[in-house]
Amino acid sequence: MQNNKHTHRVAAAPSLQQPDHRSSEVRPASGESSDESSEFHCTLTAENLNAWYGDFHALHDITIEIPNRRVTALIGPSGCGKSTFLRWINRMNDLVPKARAAGRLELRGTDLLDRLLDVVDLRRRVGMVFQKPNPFPKSVFDNVAFGPRLHSRYSRNQLDEIVERSLRQAALWDEVKDRLGKSALQLSGGQQQRLCIARAIAVGPDVLLMDEPCSALDPKSTRRIEELIAELRKQYTILIVTHNMQQAARVSDLTGFFCEGRLVEVGLTGHIFTNPTRKETEDYISGRFG
Amino acid sequence: MNMPPESGNSRAAADRSPAVRRAKNRLFHWLSVAVACCSVGVLLTLLTVIGLRGFRHLDLGFLTSAPSRHAAEAGMGPAIWGSVWICLTCTLCALPIGVGTAIFLEEYRPVSVVGRKIFGLIQLNITNLAGVPSIVYGILGLTVFVQWFGVAGHANEPLFTIGQKWYDSFIDETGQALLVRVSGRDAPEVSVSESLEYRSESGRPATVQVTPEAEIAPVRTAIDTFAETLTDALSDVIEPGSNLSAEATAGLVIDALRTVALPTDDRPHAAMVDRWASLAMQASGQTGRDYRRAMRAVKTAVYTEMSKAALPNVLSAKAAATRTDRKAFYYVQIPFGRGVLAGGLTLMLVVLPVLIVSAQEALRGVPSSLRQGSLALGATRWQTIYRMTLPAAIPGIMTGAILSISRAIGEAAPILIIAGIVFIRFTPHHLMDEFTAMPLQIFDWAGRPQEDFHDVAAAGILVLLGVLLTFNATAVLLRHKYQRGNQ
Repeated sequence: MQNNKHTHRVAAAPSLQQPDHRSSEVRPASGESSDESSEFHCTLTAENLNAWYGDFHALHDITIEIPNRRVTALIGPSGCGKSTFLRWINRMNDLVPKARAAGRLELRGTDLLDRLLDVVDLRRRVGMVFQKPNPFPKSVFDNVAFGPRLHSRYSRNQLDEIVERSLRQAALWDEVKDRLGKSALQLSGGQQQRLCIARAIAVGPDVLLMDEPCSALDPKSTRRIEELIAELRKQYTILIVTHNMQQAARVSDLTGFFCEGRLVEVGLTGHIFTNPTRKETEDYISGRFG
Repeated sequence: MNMPPESGNSRAAADRSPAVRRAKNRLFHWLSVAVACCSVGVLLTLLTVIGLRGFRHLDLGFLTSAPSRHAAEAGMGPAIWGSVWICLTCTLCALPIGVGTAIFLEEYRPVSVVGRKIFGLIQLNITNLAGVPSIVYGILGLTVFVQWFGVAGHANEPLFTIGQKWYDSFIDETGQALLVRVSGRDAPEVSVSESLEYRSESGRPATVQVTPEAEIAPVRTAIDTFAETLTDALSDVIEPGSNLSAEATAGLVIDALRTVALPTDDRPHAAMVDRWASLAMQASGQTGRDYRRAMRAVKTAVYTEMSKAALPNVLSAKAAATRTDRKAFYYVQIPFGRGVLAGGLTLMLVVLPVLIVSAQEALRGVPSSLRQGSLALGATRWQTIYRMTLPAAIPGIMTGAILSISRAIGEAAPILIIAGIVFIRFTPHHLMDEFTAMPLQIFDWAGRPQEDFHDVAAAGILVLLGVLLTFNATAVLLRHKYQRGNQ
């Protein structure tokens, strides 16, 4: 398994590494040194992160360290701030009027709350998968190639290679290889969501944010996505927001429990689900509220 | 639903017996059918009356020929072409501005409070402008586009022009008009001895020498003298009233020529005499046996020939030069004047609010999940617009654009102010050219006292209706295709 993963990384290197180099030129990252031993490092950290929508205080003093190449699940009742936290990591909250945040949120030493941060570059390093599958009304191929085309000019061969690799990683290649030119809207819901994952990893991100990726899918498609997440965690740092506690238990290494804008508890998934330290967590997990 | 006062409910229940409710239902059903029939009936009557009156005139000739003082010959060719010109200018200007504004309003909404206030104000203005009567836009267009607020000279004496060429026109010895290019409206009159490109009315280019009158005069006097002498000599040999054949005339001319002297005091060469004789023969052949006309023809022929011989390639400046201009297809002036461009831009003002609102509607119809998906992949805002939002919104934008352009075609009031009621028999050749448009032409015909012209107006209305129906049908088809494509 270990070997397999390494060959994968090497194969991915030539075309995907190029944009990475450019990004490191822009920012002489202090995180560069941590790259080698990144398996056990936390390069995505939040400290006393507060966030507001207008007057509404959405996040209270969130402090969390997200481990590299692990799956971290965020659970909690609706409106508790899980998605808000996620959307600050790739700054999708910039689109929301009156959204603001204070505190510290860093990815490899880059301050993600910096007003002058190049969000375009950030979003290339932090991919996002949405709740509802949102394939573009284009062909399957163009969907996956959309991201790479945004950032560089690739030859047709390079694009073919990227698309095939991304689709294989998203476990979709065998199902769509004969209809790459067909509209992505013709795929089933589960296939569409895997296509969105393939699209996100085609630009070569470090972190994948998944905002309830299975809530619009049937159980069978959900299982396939979960298997995919288990596969992808070898290469990507994954944050997944979910309402499905079984799912969190199945796929994640770490679980954080959010409630009313606060991070109540965070710890190893097994620990949280069997032996939570806080009463609210226990209540929520055992279905007493939420 | 669970209202406490039971008594009130029971009283109401007494009113609403099933029979009454059914009767009311039926009444309103038939009432709405009657109202619908009314409006359709009015429309059908209108169309029938116009169709009956107009279709007599409706043929290919009517579509191509120019308006005329006679109803039977009147056509709306220039009006159709004028409409095409102004609608093209209108579309080409309105589409980028309208779509750009819509993109700005929909996709670049600012986040700050002040910015949102300003945006709200712009939005409110655009929505209000959609309701402004078009004649108001006409007056605005007159001030802004036609006159440029009067700060850039008058339309007839523009401050700035491109694509205008000035010529001095002369009548050369053969009676043909020649145009000599000059540098501008105020350039000195062509009079110096210089080689100049000229082109004749028939478009034949050549080089001529333009010689000042002072230099030409002595030669001309000499030729005149010779021609006089010749005439005298001829009248000596030809009796007035005599009936002579062409050959006989030629013989007499040759005899006469042998006796007269050339201006240079030489006897004419034999070759010249022969040439003149043949000219005289031709002239009298054409004029028949009329003595006076034969004499005049001979004199003119000889005069022309001698001028050519004495002044080769010389363009006489005898005829006073008249300064005229020719405008190229790319002619532009500032201010624009009552031309196609001013008309098109004014129509653009009329159309823009509607176009912007419909383009906004189309952009708003693009799901925000697509936008977010694109942005989340690291697309800039412009990349998202260009690669995602705009392509998805194009069918909606096109539908709105076609509908607003069809409104522009039928618009008469602003065009009336811009173009004025001018009787135009030509299609425009450049953006500043005078024009007429279909609604204007119909207005003109309908306003005439002769009954025949009212039929012509009806035919014009049929053409206009046909064009509008085509446009609207295109819009509907486009929308259908888009809806089907979306599923």
